[in-house]
Amino acid sequence: MIVIFFVYFSLVSILAGVLTVALKNPVHCGLALLAVLLHVSGLFVLLNAEFLWAVQVIVYAGAILVLYLFVLMLLNLKTDERYFHSSYMYFIAPAVAGACYVLFLLLRSPYEGLKGDSPATAVLKDGDTYAVGIKMFSDHLLQFEIVGVFLLGAVIGAIVLAKTPRPIDGDDAGRSGR
Amino acid sequence: MVPLSAYVAVSAILFMTGLLGVLVRRNFIIVLMSVEIMLNAANINLVAFSHYLESMAGQLIALFVIAIAAGEAAVGLAIIIVVFRGKISTNVDEMNLLKW
Repeated sequence: MIVIFFVYFSLVSILAGVLTVALKNPVHCGLALLAVLLHVSGLFVLLNAEFLWAVQVIVYAGAILVLYLFVLMLLNLKTDERYFHSSYMYFIAPAVAGACYVLFLLLRSPYEGLKGDSPATAVLKDGDTYAVGIKMFSDHLLQFEIVGVFLLGAVIGAIVLAKTPRPIDGDDAGRSGR
Repeated sequence: MVPLSAYVAVSAILFMTGLLGVLVRRNFIIVLMSVEIMLNAANINLVAFSHYLESMAGQLIALFVIAIAAGEAAVGLAIIIVVFRGKISTNVDEMNLLKW
């Protein structure tokens, strides 16, 4: 059963990713990106990461994608023609061949490693949110605070950048910069 | 049971799709969307290793990656709006103001 869900989520996410890159209309690209994000969140559920599933749906599909669609509607973009010259195939065909070889090697690798301290049974006992919270606020507190400061800086930077420049009275210097 | 290498392969394919989008597309907004695809591929990798190697650290890093992606989207879209206000274009080839 898990295999069926895995195949569905992975195939649809890859297909929607290709559509995101290939479609012409930017709004269609945004909707294909929505499909990618939702199916990647389905993969998170298969991996016992329910908290990340919720964060992915709320933050990515709910906030970031709506921000993208807002800007698309605001700018009223025309569909641009693609700049994909046929001479690019000389670069892309060897790259695809090399990528297939790397995928072959990835599928053969056993990936054995040192096991951590939170097996699936321990995570499932109290829930994934409990495990993430305990780990985050005990071992990774400094990273958490740094991410908070980073987000504050990003918000201030976005506001400063997107602010409409106000012309100074009696001075055309502010206006000529546009 | 799905092996870990299958998740790694899916993540690699998604990452290469996003990389191709960054290289081929000329619309700045689509380039940012391709970057989001690449960040999602990295998240799949982190969560898969976190599950199979029984450690919680991967999921935490994936959370931080989502936060960084949110900040990147906000600042990137603000830059797009500033550039679009001046030049009425989102083509990345025409943004050469800092080139000398």
